Amino acid sequence: MDNRFESVQSVRDGLKDVNYLADDGIAGVVFLAERLGKPILVEGPAGTGKTQLAKSVAELLGAKLIRLQCYEGLDESKALYEWNYKKQLLRIQADRNSDAWSDIHEDIFGSEFLLTRPLLEAITSKEPVVLLIDEVDRVEVETEALLLEILSEYQVSIPELGTITAFQIPLVFLTSNNTRELSEALKRRCLFLHVDYPQMEREKEIVLTKVPGVTEMLADQIARIVRSIRQIDLKKAPSVSETIDWARTLVLLGLDSVNAEQAKETLHVLLKYQSDIAKAAKELSDD
Amino acid sequence: MLDLFSGFIIELRNAGLPVSLTENLDAMHAISHIPLEDREAFKYALGATLVKNQAHWRSFETVFEVYFSLRGPEYSITDGDGEGSIDDLLQQMQDAQMKGEGNGGAGGMDSLTPEELMNILMNALMNGDQALMRALARQAVQRFAGMEPGRPVGGTYYLYRTLRNLDLDGMLDKLMEASKKEVGGELTKLEERLEKDEYNDRIEKFKQEVEAEIRRRLVADRGAEAMAKTLRKPLPEDVEFMHASRDEMQNLKKSLQPLTRKLAARLARKRRHGRKGPLDFRNTVRHSLAYGGVPAEPKFKYPRPAKPELIVIADISGSVAAFARFTLMLVYAISGQFSKVRSFVFIDGIDEVTEYFKKTEDISEAIHRINTEADVIWVDGHSDYGHAFEVFWDKYGKEINPKSTVLLLGDARNNYHASQAWVIKEIRQKARHVYWLNPEPRSYWNTGDSIVGEYGTHTDGVYECRNLRQLEAFVEKLA
Repeated sequence: MDNRFESVQSVRDGLKDVNYLADDGIAGVVFLAERLGKPILVEGPAGTGKTQLAKSVAELLGAKLIRLQCYEGLDESKALYEWNYKKQLLRIQADRNSDAWSDIHEDIFGSEFLLTRPLLEAITSKEPVVLLIDEVDRVEVETEALLLEILSEYQVSIPELGTITAFQIPLVFLTSNNTRELSEALKRRCLFLHVDYPQMEREKEIVLTKVPGVTEMLADQIARIVRSIRQIDLKKAPSVSETIDWARTLVLLGLDSVNAEQAKETLHVLLKYQSDIAKAAKELSDD
Repeated sequence: MLDLFSGFIIELRNAGLPVSLTENLDAMHAISHIPLEDREAFKYALGATLVKNQAHWRSFETVFEVYFSLRGPEYSITDGDGEGSIDDLLQQMQDAQMKGEGNGGAGGMDSLTPEELMNILMNALMNGDQALMRALARQAVQRFAGMEPGRPVGGTYYLYRTLRNLDLDGMLDKLMEASKKEVGGELTKLEERLEKDEYNDRIEKFKQEVEAEIRRRLVADRGAEAMAKTLRKPLPEDVEFMHASRDEMQNLKKSLQPLTRKLAARLARKRRHGRKGPLDFRNTVRHSLAYGGVPAEPKFKYPRPAKPELIVIADISGSVAAFARFTLMLVYAISGQFSKVRSFVFIDGIDEVTEYFKKTEDISEAIHRINTEADVIWVDGHSDYGHAFEVFWDKYGKEINPKSTVLLLGDARNNYHASQAWVIKEIRQKARHVYWLNPEPRSYWNTGDSIVGEYGTHTDGVYECRNLRQLEAFVEKLA
């Protein structure tokens, strides 16, 4: 298989072109995942751009993004494949007069009657694909096993049809909010990437690229204030997406610099708990 | 290379990271795709393949530092500065000195007076000059740490000596003043805070440089294997409550939050699943309407087990305070899993603190109030379990009912007072369960003035809770 990326730096530059600012760790792991043909397990606090990373990589590669949103109760028929039994019934009824049972039997378990679900779709696709398995920690431990075959061998076994192997190895991202420990078997098959709140300089860059109309000075101030707020002991520290929302708010208000008063009035964009807002407001005003 | 690598893997396992054979192989594959001279990329390649839990990252980093960043000819230690790559830095430093003070940069670093050194450092911190800071860290260590080859002293000792001489706290004040002057006038509170954060950040970076430098020198002196052993730190979940340092406490606190989320999710799931109930006739008939009256989809009544009511009685005297705090934090963070939580704290007197938690959603504030406001001293402020239990029984004993689970936290070091173990016996007769959690290692129980055995006979179980891992296991069992 051709290598889609030249070097770590090229990943980084490429991601920058599609407005995703990666740090060395992120770019390095994406590069390795492509080279080794391994899935990436992305973990980290909510709102730090885990899902966005998969989207951006798809955009960078010009690949189709196939997304499987995980939830409790997700099963085979929703993740992998399902037999289109209505169509199968019709097929049997249409052939009621013919008596060759074996013909029909062969017939109704063909790929024509197979409904592909995201995982199978990703495998069978002929174009390049980025597969995003979102919030994998929401499924039960038992359901995780569904993913194992596809993640390590890039194939799906269907009892009636045999094994379907991938035409091309998709780049797979699994995201987790870490609400439970994932099984060893799953972790072992993946590269692990922890995405944390960005360093101040990177956050400033992110604000500058994501928010049109923001001045350099305002972005700098925003990044500094957010860093300061993250150091306070809060229930939920502001995420990157909240930082961006806040920056947008400030730009909409027509500000090109922010003082303590204005910051306090718009804190509710940044923080989502009343106790956090009160605490941060107090910290910002009298230090 | 292979030897070094397998040594590295073994050290990771020794530090408690579960590295499997396949992960080891993956790591080997990974580094074949990475240019070896790129240290950062090398580190992330190893990290992504070997470390699958964020809490383990710090341990990984330490081991990595020892094994990989410090080898190679350019790191050979010379007594005087001014060889190889250090030359460039020295040149820079002299330039900085010229700019900063205007006197001609005469000679190398060694000839600088401490005051001059401090000035350069201050300039470096003001401008956030990374390279200069690194060079200064080297110089500072060489000058102040007083390291001697073969001396069996831990790295923290050298770190302490170096930092004491540099007086970084004073440096922060000076930096703040300087930046005030630069702006020309008073800063607003917000600006001041932001500036301070910025400088704190830089000073922190400088400290890390110093630490790395000390480690580098120690490794050169003693060898990586020996060094890794002395640097080995327990993972956050294995840190003992009773002996945690301040840094470790901070880390513990950080790892408590994801842990509670995990625990709450797990408990809620446990409650929902795995229970079969009898047929729910009404519900089945209602759903049968969709199928023309045919009960095609049977519905069942899932029993909803009552949530336990929890009463926590915690010793908060000095020796076990940290443990009590963590347990209370954990319990309140998952209080949704209990129908009611009441908490009492004592030293030799006892006081109810449930209100503190009710009034605020911020648990750490409630803990702070416990430490400052709770009325727990009766005579002399030495633990007296007997008296505390007796008062508890008199005041609140009648409120214990068959739904309540009572948790007793403490090391049962009673300072040779009367035990009043009959109270526990009475409580047990009224309550559903009584458990005792002891933060001391099991081998210390019932030695000296510890009478945990005497209380223990009246409880449903005494559990050793030395670290987060044990605490988590217990709480899961409880709910």
